[in-house]
Parts: sequence; structure tokens; C-alpha cells
Amino acid sequence: MIELPDLAPVRRTLWSRSLPFRVVVTTLMAALTMLAATGWFLMDQSSRGILDGKKQSSLAEASVVLDGMQRDLRSLNLRQASINERLTQLARDAAYRGSVGNQYYVVVAGPVSDIGSAGLDYGSVPESLRRAVLAADGVYSTPTEISFADARPMVPGLAIGSAMPAPGGTRYPVYFLFTNQPEAETLAVVQRATTIAGLVVLVSLVATVWLVALQVLRPIRAARLAAERLAAGHLDDRMAVVGTEDLASLARSMNRMAGELDRKITQLEDLSSVQQQFVSDVSHELRTPLTTVRMAADVLYEQREEFAALAARSSELLSTELDHFEELLADLLEISRFDAGAAELSLDDVDLSRIAAEELSAQRRLAEGYGTALVLDAPQACIAEIDPRRIRRVLRNLITNAIEHGEGRPITVHVRADEGAVAVAVRDHGVGFSAAQAHQVFNRFWRADPARRRTVGGTGLGLSIAMEDARLHGGWLNAWGRPGQGAQFRLTVPRRAGDSVLSSPWPVVPDDAEVPA
Amino acid sequence: MSEGMQRILVVDDDVALSEMLQLVLRADGFDAAWCSSGERAVEVFQRYRPDLVLLDLMLPGRDGVDVCRDIRALSGVPIVMLTAKSDTRDVVAGLEAGADDYVAKPFKVKELLARIHTRLRRHVPTENSGVLTIGDLTINVPEHTVRRGADLIALTPLEFDLLLALARRPRHAFSRDVLLEQVWGYRHASDTRLVNVHVQRLRSKIEHDPEHPEIIVTVRGVGYRAGDAREGS
Repeated sequence: MIELPDLAPVRRTLWSRSLPFRVVVTTLMAALTMLAATGWFLMDQSSRGILDGKKQSSLAEASVVLDGMQRDLRSLNLRQASINERLTQLARDAAYRGSVGNQYYVVVAGPVSDIGSAGLDYGSVPESLRRAVLAADGVYSTPTEISFADARPMVPGLAIGSAMPAPGGTRYPVYFLFTNQPEAETLAVVQRATTIAGLVVLVSLVATVWLVALQVLRPIRAARLAAERLAAGHLDDRMAVVGTEDLASLARSMNRMAGELDRKITQLEDLSSVQQQFVSDVSHELRTPLTTVRMAADVLYEQREEFAALAARSSELLSTELDHFEELLADLLEISRFDAGAAELSLDDVDLSRIAAEELSAQRRLAEGYGTALVLDAPQACIAEIDPRRIRRVLRNLITNAIEHGEGRPITVHVRADEGAVAVAVRDHGVGFSAAQAHQVFNRFWRADPARRRTVGGTGLGLSIAMEDARLHGGWLNAWGRPGQGAQFRLTVPRRAGDSVLSSPWPVVPDDAEVPA
Repeated sequence: MSEGMQRILVVDDDVALSEMLQLVLRADGFDAAWCSSGERAVEVFQRYRPDLVLLDLMLPGRDGVDVCRDIRALSGVPIVMLTAKSDTRDVVAGLEAGADDYVAKPFKVKELLARIHTRLRRHVPTENSGVLTIGDLTINVPEHTVRRGADLIALTPLEFDLLLALARRPRHAFSRDVLLEQVWGYRHASDTRLVNVHVQRLRSKIEHDPEHPEIIVTVRGVGYRAGDAREGS
């Protein structure tokens, strides 16, 4: 079976896409209708006029000849000549008169046979006319096609018939066949002239409409191109302000819009770079003295056993709180880098299963403290183009969170891949959270239970940063939780950087989740 | 300065931090000197002849990255950057300028000293000492030289160690983490930028076409390995 290409969509798109095309087609249709109607009317009127005139003159001519023939026939003395000879003579005379100027042909129905003009096919006289003439007196006429016995082509004509009463009471029908050839030729000329005039009008009309459409469209197209260039980031492009008031003001509006856009974007870019510079400066200004404090605290901490109890405990507190302070500072700076849009990916082809295994074993000691078992479910290597530093940070965060909230029950890390994406999910069976809180967990400094102390030393920014890291990869970070059933956090990132994630190879709602009754 | 003590030059404009650094270094048995400006750093370096340089990335006058490049042009001495900027771009700029390692502020004393010791500890090969080949290169371990045919290729000690680590186990694919542990002495580090940048630098020195490396080959999803041996051209 052959599949035929569907042309309708192509036509429809051209129709809907091109305004000049639409205008021209509409004009063409309207003009064709108008010209056809006008042409038909013109032709009808002129042919009717010409043919009517011809009919009148033909009838007049025929009756004159008929009168003459009748007179002749009445005065006929049958003893001197046979009626047949006389009729033949009359027909010859009439045919001769008719042939002068090529006006008409004559057929006389004699007692024996038809007599008439030489070369004429007597069948040219329509049967209907013959019957009408035989039936009653009077002059009849009907249009006909005149055919010839020789090779001449048929011509259109008018047949006029009447019967001549002869002495003795017999009626002899006489038929005149007037050709319409000259009139038909005249009409053909008129028709040709009308058609040509119509075509010329049509073509020039379409061309004019096309030009007008283009003229109107040119500034609109220029505006569209300018808008496209703006959208492509060429903010310094402007339109030429020319033409009539309407078009010029369109160009002016476009230019003003471009100018405003340019100004706003420059303003935002300036703000962003100021912000980035500020973050960088704060980072440096804070970190250098903090380093000195840190080192001094380390030195004191190392020697705490030689101190008195008060100084020893103080140096311990100093050291642990400095750790916390450092983490908080690092997380704050990381968040402001994301806010400033200054975060960048450092991509590498990495096996996510291996990273997950390493991060999991790095947290074993912490897990042992909670009596939590860590299980890795990674059946195969899942290689993806990711920033390993950021993905490790996300995993570290999810795993420590799970340990902290896991109530000592086992934690499973699932790693899966499909064609477009890789996913790693961290499942715990701890306190969990309500469905409504699934979005809130990513909020900065959010706590499920405000009274709850952060024992792992989280800063409250970990999940926010993890979310930003996932977004930076063009991926997802989803949370599922139910009170008493634990939680599952799932990170999905595309295998190739720059792609987007359409689906995840691991479900966010765990298989063992209890379906609410 | 006493005989046998290893010398460390601290280039940092912060007075308090520099004093603290020198205190800690001296307590750990090093001889330490301090230079507070980027402009004078090279001059002090040439006079003091340190075994290692601790270099702040942000310096008044001459930028730390430039100072790093200047010192690297003179010597292959280990350079450890001290940086308050952990942004990828700044760290990579420093590493590309020739720094061997970097420590992000704020750091712990133990961490800093561990890095310094790793960089100063010369790898004294107990096995496989002698002459190794990788690609069309010849590594003479006792001499610490790398040659292509008769031409000597100048490598910093770190680059030498990196090449040696790959050459010792040809065809074995090393993960970046393993290289970090073997060459840089890191245990649980995740910063593979160090490895990437140094492999790039090393390739630009030893490869015929660094865009299509044949001596150090990337193994997708794993890391790097020594390329198949080929006849020297």
C-alpha cells in the first residue's frame, strides 16, 4: 500500500503563515468571480443583440424572396410547363440571389424531391421545422447547423420556412438557411477581447495587491526581525525609523522597548556582578581571620591536657563551635553563590554507583554511633556526566540526614540508570514527615520540630544547597515521606550534561510504602 | 637557620595569619620565612631557597597566580596555594599556573601540615627502581629524569610522581581518587580538579598532540591509564 503524502497541512501552513499569500488568494478569488459574472453578462447581451438583429433581417429578406416566388408560382400556366420545372427554376433563382454575398441557402420541397442550392446537405433543414411548415400556414424559424454535401465545415445558422400555395391547391414548402458565420466570428472576436481584458485586469490587480501587502508587511517584518534579534540577545540593535506615521511609530516603540530592555538587563547584570564581588570579598575578608582563629584554637586544643579544667573545656568548646561556624559560613557562601548565579559545574564522566558506595562507607562510623545499618543497592555501573564534588555533597547530605532521622533502622541507597538519566535514592524508615512537608524540607533553615536539636551538626542549609546542586545539573531532587513510615529522597540527573530529565529510573514513592486506607 | 631543617616560605599579606603559620611550622620542626608582598616574593624566594612555598592567592601588588607562574619558571619546588576562594575558576587558575596543591581557608593545622609533609616527602622507590618506559618516554627513577630519545623533558616533582605512578602499573586504569591518594597523599578527598588540571599540564609537556593524548589516556567513567607502548619516533 502506498502512503500518499498529506498535502493539506502544507497548504494550511502556507495559508496561515503568509499574509501576502492570503491577501493575494482572496483577491484572486473575488476578482475571478467578478470578472466571470461581468464577462458572461457582456457576452450574453452582445450575442443576443447581434443574433436578434440578424434574425429580423433574415426574416425580412426571406419574406421578400418568398413573396416574389409566390407571385411567380401563382402566375404559372401549368399547361406550358411542369410544376417541377418551375419550382426548380424558382429555387435556382433564389439560390443564385442568396449566393450573392453568401447570404443564405434555399431548399424547395418539390413534388418529387428537394431542390435547392448547390452543395447543400438538405438534411440541414430540421425535421421540426418541416413538420411545422406542413402543418399550417405561416413563417417559422429555428436555429440550426448548416451542413454541406461537400467538404465544407458545418456553420451555425437560422432556418426559416414557409409553404407556397401553387395552382391546384398543393403547398410547396420553401426553406431558407441563413448562415450566422460572420456574426459568430464577430462574437468570437468580442469574446476574445473580453477574456484578454479580463486577464490583464486580473494579473495587474493581483500584482498591485501583492505589492501593497508587501509594503504594509515590510515594516512589520522588520519589527519581527528586530524583536527576534533582541530575543537572541543583540540588545543594541535598533530599527530604522522611516515611512508613514503609523509605521514610524511602530519602529519608535520597538526601539524604546529595546532600549528599556537593554537598560534593565545591564542593571541586573551590574547588580549580579556586584553581588558576586561582594560574596567573594566577604569570603576572603572573613576567612583569613577565621583561619588564624582556627589555627590558634587547634594549637590550644592540642595542648588542652596541660591546661586547668576550665581552660581545657573552653578550648574544646571553642574548637567544636568553630567547626560549626565554619560549616555555616561555607554553606552561606555556597547559597549566595547560587543566588548570584555564580555557581558553575565542573563536569566529569563518573560512575554514580561508585560515588554512592564511597560516600556510604565514609558515613559508616557515624551510622555505627546510631546503630544504623547502611545498605547499598547498586546493581550496575551508572556513568553520567556530572560534577562529582557537588553530587558527593548532595549524597553526603542525604545520607547524614537519613542517619539523623532514621531512628536506628536500616538505610538503603538505591542507584539506577536508564537511557537518559541516573538516579540515586536514599530511603530511611525513621520518623518521616507528612506529605505537606515534602516541599518545606528544602526551605532554608527549616526544621520539622523546632525543639529538635541538630545532633549531626547540620546547618539547616544542606537540603537547600542539595536542591540547588540538582537544579544546576538540570536534574531533580524529590522528597517523599509519611509519619512513621520514614522518608525517601531521590536525586535524578541527566546522563549527558545539558539534557533535561524527562523521567526518573527509580520511583520516588517506595514500593514498601503503605497505601492509606 | 639550622642545618638539615626544611625551609618553608610563607607568602601572605595578613600579618596575624603569617605569624600563626610560622609559629605552627616552627613547632613542627620547619624553618620558616615570610614575605608579605607579591612583588618581592620572587626575590625572597631566590635568596631563601625554600623547599616548599605556601602562597596566598590574593596578594596586594602582584597577584598570587602570577607569583606562582614566576616561581614555577625558576624552579620545580612544591607550591601549595592558600586560598579563600574555593570557586572552581580561581582554584583551576592557580593550579594551571603551576601550583601542586591548594588548601582552602579556613584549614585545620593538622590538615595543612599533612599536605606539607606529603609534598616534601620524596618518593623513595623501593621496587621497580631503575628505568621505566611509558609511551615513547624513558623515566630514570634514581636520576629523576624523563627523556624522549635524547631530549630531557623538564617536569616538576609532582608531575614526575604522577607520571611515575601511571608508568609503574601500565594498562592499569587509575581512578582519580586513587591517584589523589598515591600522588597527593589524600585519604578521603573528593577534589578531582587537582588530578584533572595536573594531567592536562603533564599532557601539554609530554604528549605529541595534547588534544589526542596517547601517553596518558582517559578511561571514561574511571580515570586515567598509561597508553600502550609504542616505538619511539
